[in-house]
Amino acid sequence: MGKIIDDFPRWEPRRPIEGGFITTKFNELLGWARKYSLFHYPFVTACCGMEYMSAACAHFDIDRFGAGWTRFSPRQADMLLVVGTVTQKLAPVLRTVYNQMTNPKWVIAFGACAVSGGIYDNYAVVQGIDRIIPVDVYIPGCPPRPETVLDALIKLQEKIQKQEQEWRWKKK
Amino acid sequence: MEKEVILQAVQERFQKDILRVDQQFGDDFIQIKKEILLPLVNFLRKEPYEFTLLLDLTCVDYLGDEERFEMVYHLFSLKNNLRLRIKARLKESDLKIASLTAIWKNANWLEREVFDMFGVHFEGHPDLRRIFMYDGFEGHPLRKDYPLRRRQPRIPLKKG
Repeated sequence: MGKIIDDFPRWEPRRPIEGGFITTKFNELLGWARKYSLFHYPFVTACCGMEYMSAACAHFDIDRFGAGWTRFSPRQADMLLVVGTVTQKLAPVLRTVYNQMTNPKWVIAFGACAVSGGIYDNYAVVQGIDRIIPVDVYIPGCPPRPETVLDALIKLQEKIQKQEQEWRWKKK
Repeated sequence: MEKEVILQAVQERFQKDILRVDQQFGDDFIQIKKEILLPLVNFLRKEPYEFTLLLDLTCVDYLGDEERFEMVYHLFSLKNNLRLRIKARLKESDLKIASLTAIWKNANWLEREVFDMFGVHFEGHPDLRRIFMYDGFEGHPLRKDYPLRRRQPRIPLKKG
């Protein structure tokens, strides 16, 4: 027993070198910081809200991905979750909410209705929120399972990491 | 009190204005001329029948019929545990019926819904305007001749 353990390579805890530093690109650093600190604003209009609640609460826990903090003001949010059916009556409201968000901002269309209007191809429903505002990630499903939501969140994080970051003093 | 007794009393009281009394889906209904809606409802609401609850109020569009629209009122008697439907046909050229808002408060929004979706005018309604659709919406979307693909967006939409 003792012999087997001796065969393993010894693990040496790394100590930081005094006065040490790491090198990275500012763009990547900013992307890394942003993707793990998404404040989201849930724009919940329909039954998909139940799945949003499930994904946000303890069982599936989107806090593990750094998106745990729900802001109930679009001005403080980075990620707009459009959860559920958006009607023609509601369309100007959604556009206002999007415009109120400060840059950088991302949008997730949550569920079949937000993606394409879903089963409601009628006089009242907008056929997908991408007709009103730009969308980054689409989540299919009626309603989507929380795992799908987490998958979409990870995909959005990948996108944020890779994209060109905007910041205030950036040369243009 | 038995429902047969009530139906018989209604027929004796209103006679020719009752067009038909029948059963459908387990409940009785009375087909009436639209003019006697208010007297009939007042009659049913009082003792000993006590249909004191207006469960729902809606409309059906029978496109192509001479009397195109049919108003349907669902009443419930708490005392006798009975349900009763009242139906009244309306012509498109004379799309008016008496409002029940003076009797039941909940008729207010229900009638606004029927006005919004079918364009039926309720005489005596205190605030008859659209309840679901927005200002500027043209037509009545639950009519059978409302075009299936007609869209009336409030803001310009991107084409998808």
